[in-house]
Amino acid sequence: MNNFQYTQPATPKASIDALVKEPTAQFIAGGTNLIDLMKHGIAAPKTLVDINNLTLRTIEQQGNTLRIGALALNSEVADSKLVLEKQPLLAQALNAGASAQIRNMATVGGNMLQRTRCYYFYDTAMPCNKRQPGSGCGALEGYNRIHAIWGTETALTGRTSSCIAVHPSDMCVALAALDATVLVSGPKGDRRIPFTDFHRLPGDTPQIDTNLDRGELIVAVDIPNNAFAKHVHYLKVRDRNSYAFALVSVAAALDLNGSTIQEARLAMGGVAHKPWRLTEAEKALQGKPATTATFEQAATIAMQGAKAYEHNAFKVKMAPKAIIEALKTAAGLG
Amino acid sequence: MENRPPDSPIDNEEGHSQETRRDFLKHSSLLTAYALSPSSLVNAAEMNGLNPPQADTVSIHIDINGTSRTLHVEPRVTLLDLLREQLDLTGTKKGCDYGQCGACTVHINGIRALACLSFAVMQNGKKITTIEGLAKAEASGSAHLHPMQAAFIKHDGFQCGYCTPGQIMSAVGCIREGHANSDAEIKEYMSGNICRCGAYEGIVEAVKEVKQGGQKV
Repeated sequence: MNNFQYTQPATPKASIDALVKEPTAQFIAGGTNLIDLMKHGIAAPKTLVDINNLTLRTIEQQGNTLRIGALALNSEVADSKLVLEKQPLLAQALNAGASAQIRNMATVGGNMLQRTRCYYFYDTAMPCNKRQPGSGCGALEGYNRIHAIWGTETALTGRTSSCIAVHPSDMCVALAALDATVLVSGPKGDRRIPFTDFHRLPGDTPQIDTNLDRGELIVAVDIPNNAFAKHVHYLKVRDRNSYAFALVSVAAALDLNGSTIQEARLAMGGVAHKPWRLTEAEKALQGKPATTATFEQAATIAMQGAKAYEHNAFKVKMAPKAIIEALKTAAGLG
Repeated sequence: MENRPPDSPIDNEEGHSQETRRDFLKHSSLLTAYALSPSSLVNAAEMNGLNPPQADTVSIHIDINGTSRTLHVEPRVTLLDLLREQLDLTGTKKGCDYGQCGACTVHINGIRALACLSFAVMQNGKKITTIEGLAKAEASGSAHLHPMQAAFIKHDGFQCGYCTPGQIMSAVGCIREGHANSDAEIKEYMSGNICRCGAYEGIVEAVKEVKQGGQKV
C-alpha cells in the first residue's frame, strides 16, 4: 500500500477543506471498505481525512423524523431502541449485512459509499470500466452470476451500459424503501438528497457511484415517520446463511388496515447498480387485500424490464419469489 | 551561453536549486554506495545519521493490554501489523488480511473489531485488548485464563488453533453485546469468525456455557 498523509480535523468545515485541497483525498470513518480497497490497490488516496472526531453519531427523533448521524455505527443503529421501535426494517437490513465485528466498525455514511463487490472490479488484472474508465468490462461477456438485472441500459440510447455491477449494501435497500433523505454538507453549503437519487445508474460513467459532489460530506440520514413498523421484512437470499452479499434481497413494508393494504414500500438489493425501488409494484399493492394472490400480482409487475445475462438468469426467477415471500412475512402470512 | 565555472549552480534561474554539480555527484555516489553496502555498514551509517529520509511517521498514544505506549507509525500501518510486527504480540493472527476471516479480532475500547481493517494511527487515545491481555484485563474467576479461554479448552472449541484467539475475542464481544441468547443467535453473531477445522459446535458450546454461567466477561 502506498503511504499517505493523515489528518484528523475537528470540524466538518475543516474536513471538507482538507478534502478539497488534495484531488485524491478521501474521507475515512470505519475504513472497513476503504482499507480493503487500498490493500487491493484499487484506491490510492494521497491523503486520508479521518472524520471520526466529528460529532455526527447521534440517533434521535426530531419532530416527525428519525435522524441518524452519518458516523453512527451499523451495530449501534441495528441495536438502537428508537430504530427498533420506529424503523425495524432498517435494523433487520443492517443485521443481514457483514459480520458483527464489521458492523461495530462501519458507519452509516460509509455503508452508503461502499463500492461494488464485482469480482472484475476487485481483480486489477482484469478490465473494469468502474475501476479504470474505458478499459472494458470483464463481466458483460464473463461470469456475471452476481450481476444486475435492472438499470443496465443507458437511458438515451437503450444500449447496454459499460458496467453491470450491483450495489452491495443491505442498509441502503431499507433506506430506499423508507423514503429516507441524505443530508450533506459541502464546499457550496448544505443540501438534502432524496435517498433514491443518491446512488447512480452506471450509464457510461460507472466510475461515479453517487451524486455527491467533490468535497461533500454525508452528515445524517432522515427517515420520515410512517405506519410500517408492525409489518416489515427484510429477506436476503445468499450463497450461505450468514456473512455473504445478497444474490437478491427484498425490503418490504406494509401499512395494513385490517387485511387491506393502505400503503406499501418495496425495494430490492443485488439487482442493480443502486438500491432498486419498485414503485409500480407498490402502487399495485395499494388498496388491495393482503393475500398471496395480491403479492403474486405485484411481483409480476415488479419484474417488468428485468434483463438477464448469461449466468444470472436465475435472479429473474428468484426475485419474484423473494418479493412474494418478503411480503407474506411482512403481512404475517409467512 | 557563457561557460560556467566548474562549481557554479546548475540552475538558479528561478531559484529552484543552488546545488552544484560537485554536490550532486557527492550525494548521488553516497546513495549508490549506500545501496550496495552490506547491512552492517548500513546500520552503522544509520546510527551516524546518514540514513535516507524515512516516510512520514505519526506519534500515537495507545493503551495495549493495560500498558500505555507512545509509538511512531506510518499512517499505512494497520493495527494488526503494529501488534504483530512492532510489539511482538503475535497472538492476534493474520488470516486473510482483508476482513473476511475474523482471525485478527481484538477489542478496541472494549468492542470487538478487526485489526486488519484498522489503521494504527486511527487508534490514538484508545484502549486495545488482545488475546494476550484478555485474562489480565478482565475480572477473571480463573487464576490464569479468562472464562472463555477455559470454556474453549473444555469444549474442544478448536483443532489447529489458528482462528482461536479471534474466536475467543469475538465470543466475549458476542456476550457483551447481548447476542448469545440461543444457539442460532450465537451462530449468527459469530459468523464473522471462520474456522477451517470446523470446530463450530464446540465454539457454540463454549459461548453458551460462559453466557449461562453469568460471569462478567
